[in-house]
Amino acid sequence: MNIFGDLLSSMIVFAVPLILVALGAMFSERSGTINIALEGIMIIGGLVASLIFKFLTVQSGPLMGTPIWGLPSQLCVLIGIIGAAIAGGIYSFFLAFASIRLKADQTIGGTALNIMAPALAIVITWAIQGQGQTAIYTPSWVPLATAPMDANFFERVFLKSSYLTTPICVLVIVASWVIIYKTKFGLRLRSCGENPAAADSVGINVYKMRYTGVMISGALAGIGGIAFTLAAGSGFASTVAGYGFLALAVMIFGNWQPLKIVLAALLFAFFKSLSGMASSIPFLPSFEGVKESLYIYLMIPYIVTMIILALTSKKSRAPKAEGIPYDKSSR
Amino acid sequence: MKIKAFFATCHATIKKFFVNLWPNIKNLKTKRGFNSILASLFSIIIGILVGLILMLIIKPKDAFYGLSMMMSGGLSSVSNIFQVLYTTAPLMMTGLAVGFAFKTGLFNIGAAGQYTVGAFCAIFGAIILKMPWYVDILLAALGGAVWGAIPGIFKALRNVNEVITSIMFNWIGLFLVDLIIANTPKMLSTFYGGADQSRTVDPVAVNLSSKLPSLGMERLSPYMNVGIFIAIFLAIVMYIVLSKTTFGYELKACGYNKESSKYAGINAKRNIILSMSISGALAGIGGALTYLAGTSTMQVTKSISPIGFNGIPVALLGTSNPIGIIFSALFIAYIQIGGNAMQPEFATEVIDIVISVIIYLSAFSLVFKQLIDRYLLDRKHKKDARDLLNGPTANGTPPEPVEAEIVKEGAPK
Repeated sequence: MNIFGDLLSSMIVFAVPLILVALGAMFSERSGTINIALEGIMIIGGLVASLIFKFLTVQSGPLMGTPIWGLPSQLCVLIGIIGAAIAGGIYSFFLAFASIRLKADQTIGGTALNIMAPALAIVITWAIQGQGQTAIYTPSWVPLATAPMDANFFERVFLKSSYLTTPICVLVIVASWVIIYKTKFGLRLRSCGENPAAADSVGINVYKMRYTGVMISGALAGIGGIAFTLAAGSGFASTVAGYGFLALAVMIFGNWQPLKIVLAALLFAFFKSLSGMASSIPFLPSFEGVKESLYIYLMIPYIVTMIILALTSKKSRAPKAEGIPYDKSSR
Repeated sequence: MKIKAFFATCHATIKKFFVNLWPNIKNLKTKRGFNSILASLFSIIIGILVGLILMLIIKPKDAFYGLSMMMSGGLSSVSNIFQVLYTTAPLMMTGLAVGFAFKTGLFNIGAAGQYTVGAFCAIFGAIILKMPWYVDILLAALGGAVWGAIPGIFKALRNVNEVITSIMFNWIGLFLVDLIIANTPKMLSTFYGGADQSRTVDPVAVNLSSKLPSLGMERLSPYMNVGIFIAIFLAIVMYIVLSKTTFGYELKACGYNKESSKYAGINAKRNIILSMSISGALAGIGGALTYLAGTSTMQVTKSISPIGFNGIPVALLGTSNPIGIIFSALFIAYIQIGGNAMQPEFATEVIDIVISVIIYLSAFSLVFKQLIDRYLLDRKHKKDARDLLNGPTANGTPPEPVEAEIVKEGAPK
């Protein structure tokens, strides 16, 4: 039973960044802009939050390794997360500016931001920590709680590797659903992604809506970035290992709908954590005679996603106007 | 028959190119292409300036040294020059792969996976099948084509977005290759007495016929081989296919508008799969060119190859035009080698920042182009106005009336 507790715990911890970023992508695409820069925005979010954690930690003396001025540790985590959200929002503004104001191809701006983020992160980390010091370690006060050694099932699921990002993620899920489906703003946002000319004709400012959509996605991807850094465990290393692109895939998989996105992310994360623990789960086949059978398990989440996509794709429906810059004069 | 016609087209194109060369150069200023080159140069200059400012912030003392290394590192020694060419070849191939897919309306973000599978096929052919280099390259093309065709099939038959399939198959390809290499002990360097468990043996060391010919220039640098010429040749072939053949026209038509090309009797589904296969084959050949040179060995790793992803900026900087991609790949390889020369004063990543600024600004290229157009047009109009006012013979008189007019208009303030 303990192993299932660990499995669920690891699933949650990996699903959180995917859910946050995929929901962000949804806001952007529902407003009509493809945000391919998620990977880069996540890195920026992870960088800023990790730096905030670092600066909020006492570096020497008897209190070394605790938050400065005796601040409550979770308040510091919250500050870091807010910092990540703001940084992600600002960074995504560059994408919004190029693709909305300048009507440029949205993949170009996004690719540029994706290349810049890891490079910028390494250059900044080196400048702050000294040459070659590429990793920023996460201080020990960041986790929400710690599970006792002899933890039972529930303690393992909810206490082992739990971070403030998990409750925030739950809030974001609920808020996204409410905003997209139950508010005036959500309706307007969706209309800009489906038929911007019609939205414009009834007085909705399409440009403003799209800016908002992209910047919400930036803020969520920023939080997703720090969530990934925490899930990875060893600290910030200027990479999010393709999670930004995965989130994009999860969003398409989830058919641009918040609840389906959450399910898709959970499914993917389940197989992902299964591959991480395959060797310690007794009933899984161990592929006797195959060397490095780990790689088989590493492939499984991607293969499962592809099979489900192939079976369900006929119903998949993207926002009609996504990827097309809106030109007022062509109305 | 078809091949004969293709060669006839090639011949006609090349002949036309040379016949029109001089008139083309003479009319360069008024051509549209000139504007986009000017806009690209403008982006490059601003990108390098941003790099300089960044270096001035980090280490003001060494900034100009870093800049000179960035700009001249690729030319600083004979070995560096050949290293630039060696780095260019696979970049050009993945750039062509992405650019070709862009031209046909597809975003092939899976060039990385196709590159990896292609590289594996080439190494497998060289080490296990003991095939010569040209067969290995064909095997790589085949492997890449299969890996590219899969997202194409998913898109054509099941309407799955090619971006998501490509991303998934990047990872599947990577882990599959890892798995096969780990289970084929003959491919690992440890089988031949090497120490590194996570690397394949150098295919050239096991099978000399798999080495890319060096054209007798091996004495100059171990990096010299025909790879760069193969890449340039394929770029020219792609240019001719895309812009001079019916086949290329059909592929592009599907990219512009799938529905109307269907209406015109083009088999859109077949074309999507074909485009992705060709794109994948190009990326796969890139993998072969990297590992058949005898200078690097493949690593069993859990992260996706950056060369595949770097095909995206190469294609974007070259505006997806195969000829443009030749130059953009050369430029990016050149500046990357320059970045290696910047160490240890600056992290090589400064180069990535410069490249990303350039790519970002190329998104503005439309705006730049409009500005340049307006400037040129403005000059032309002013000149016309002057000629009109002063009469066609008055070439010595200063153009005062026009200036006065402009001043008057702006005066009430």
